[in-house]
Amino acid sequence: MTSRKPPRVGDSPTFRRFLIAFVLIVGTLLIAAPLAVIFAQAFSKGWPTFASTIAHPDTRHAIFLTVVTALIAVPINTVFGIAAAWALTKFDFRGKRLLTILIELPFSISPIVAGVAYLFVYGLQGLFGPLLQSADIKILFALPGIVLASMFVTAPFVARELIPLMQAQGRDLEEAATSLGASGWRTFFYVTLPNIRWAMLYGIVLCNARVMGEFGAVSVVSGNIRGQTNTLPLHIELLYHDYQTVGAFAAASILTVLALVTIVAKVLLERQGAGRHHGSALAGPVAVSQDTTR
Amino acid sequence: MKITLDNVVKTFDTFRAVHGVSLEIESGELLALLGPSGSGKTTILRMVAGLEFPDSGRILFGDVDATDIPVRERGVGFVFQHYALFPHMTVAENIAFGMKVSKVRRSRAEIDARVNQLLQLVKLPGLGNRFPSQISGGQRQRVALARALAVDPKVLLLDEPFGALDANVRRDLRRWLREIHQELGITTIFVTHDQEEALDLADRVVILDQGKIAQMGTPRDVCRNPNSAFVTRFLGDANRFSGVSSNGRVTVAGVEVATAAIPDGPAEMYVRPTDLIWLREGQGVPVRITRVLDRADGRRILAETEDGTHIEIDADVDLDVEAGQRGFVQVKRANVYGAGA
Repeated sequence: MTSRKPPRVGDSPTFRRFLIAFVLIVGTLLIAAPLAVIFAQAFSKGWPTFASTIAHPDTRHAIFLTVVTALIAVPINTVFGIAAAWALTKFDFRGKRLLTILIELPFSISPIVAGVAYLFVYGLQGLFGPLLQSADIKILFALPGIVLASMFVTAPFVARELIPLMQAQGRDLEEAATSLGASGWRTFFYVTLPNIRWAMLYGIVLCNARVMGEFGAVSVVSGNIRGQTNTLPLHIELLYHDYQTVGAFAAASILTVLALVTIVAKVLLERQGAGRHHGSALAGPVAVSQDTTR
Repeated sequence: MKITLDNVVKTFDTFRAVHGVSLEIESGELLALLGPSGSGKTTILRMVAGLEFPDSGRILFGDVDATDIPVRERGVGFVFQHYALFPHMTVAENIAFGMKVSKVRRSRAEIDARVNQLLQLVKLPGLGNRFPSQISGGQRQRVALARALAVDPKVLLLDEPFGALDANVRRDLRRWLREIHQELGITTIFVTHDQEEALDLADRVVILDQGKIAQMGTPRDVCRNPNSAFVTRFLGDANRFSGVSSNGRVTVAGVEVATAAIPDGPAEMYVRPTDLIWLREGQGVPVRITRVLDRADGRRILAETEDGTHIEIDADVDLDVEAGQRGFVQVKRANVYGAGA
């Protein structure tokens, strides 16, 4: 009887049907249904209510603050990510491993820990607290704190997309460009950047999504001042606790739309060969193809 | 451009890659750096290019000390093993890159004309609009060479240029590179681990072992008079016999061989498979055949001496032998070194 078993695990039609159905049901319950509820609730009292909630100054300010945060944090983290990936893949130095781990650390640390840490560094009782206060610089409970906390959480996004790709590409291209007389900047803009652009954009899209959606770290450092330091995710929570369900869901629907845009951008970028699993497609010069056509 | 390396040393972390190498490359010479992996050959090439800097010693281009001149200003053409063509640029754009970034301003028409001329030189006319991914490996390496030549380098440096190609393409490109060198007369250094490639192509071969020069000379020099057991073994298949030397004669497996002067004591004799003669009966070292390999140009006999030493003998295509037969081998020509040499 054993010889009649399907050659691979899960190859029988029953099992296949069961598995597909299982994933479909769980996916619907866990992901699709809640998303649908957001939009249903947001529009439950009709379009005018939705529009007036969005138009509320506090909500508008929250959207504004979220966008401003992203506009500051994402470019800085992009530059940081490129610099980090460059340093880690094109140079050899002591402590390289440690630096790699350090850059990836924000992925594994709970964002709230980051928030609390920032409290201890920049807070009134914190390390630089008195110094900052005497200089009249406000970091916590203000935009700088929000940006810093968001940056901490999203620091690895761009670097992590670039490192495997740049590792696979090696240093040959840059060395070739320099040996042909190109300056460092020229090499970067004409040789390095064109070869990492899709992966970089992919990282930026992910980074942006996370900055806009970040809750934990920001909630600690922002102080939740309505209309002043409330980002969109914090505002949603506030509205929800105020029993303004429609308002909360309306605000949430905006974040969801942002997420959907992100996903579409991500898929489009993956078609261009970006993303971790497609990284090798970009590594053209390294993938040595043997000349067998002659 | 004559190039001089003066006692160049390079250490990576704790690993010493190059131990005091001194070398002169004459203007217009085609020189091969030959050695096994880890022998420091690529490091030497990269130091000449300016992609690495020596810890001590000097590198001269003509009479100019180039030791600290960065690669960008050194004026070398470097060809990488894996081509390192810019994948987002066409073949023509790749070749034009060096001219476009050069301090010497050239007009568009001037650059285009030079690109076409180089494409002719590397025998790829009409492929200018292709991308590197659309051409074969051999073609890519030719584009890489054209790109390196476009900046009129003083020296051409090639790092295992044919290493990633298959055997037939490799042989063609070798001959072709030799022609190009003849035509341009540019001082050229190339690195390889393939003895055949080095001997085929170079005016002079430098054999490296563990960061030191083991021997240098013309292909004929190093082939006929290898100065050490290492060089002998590295240049080709060699049978090793242990023996004893006394008064200028070496006794190996009961057979005496006349040799050049080496000190009395234990000695090692190396014999190429073609320098052994198989005899069905007669005098010589007694052996037993374990296997016979047939090749396009002859038969290779694998045999064992009475003390269990494995040897290989090249024989004529017509020789009728088979595994299990017993016979004798005679030594036509041998290189003998004191033990440990």
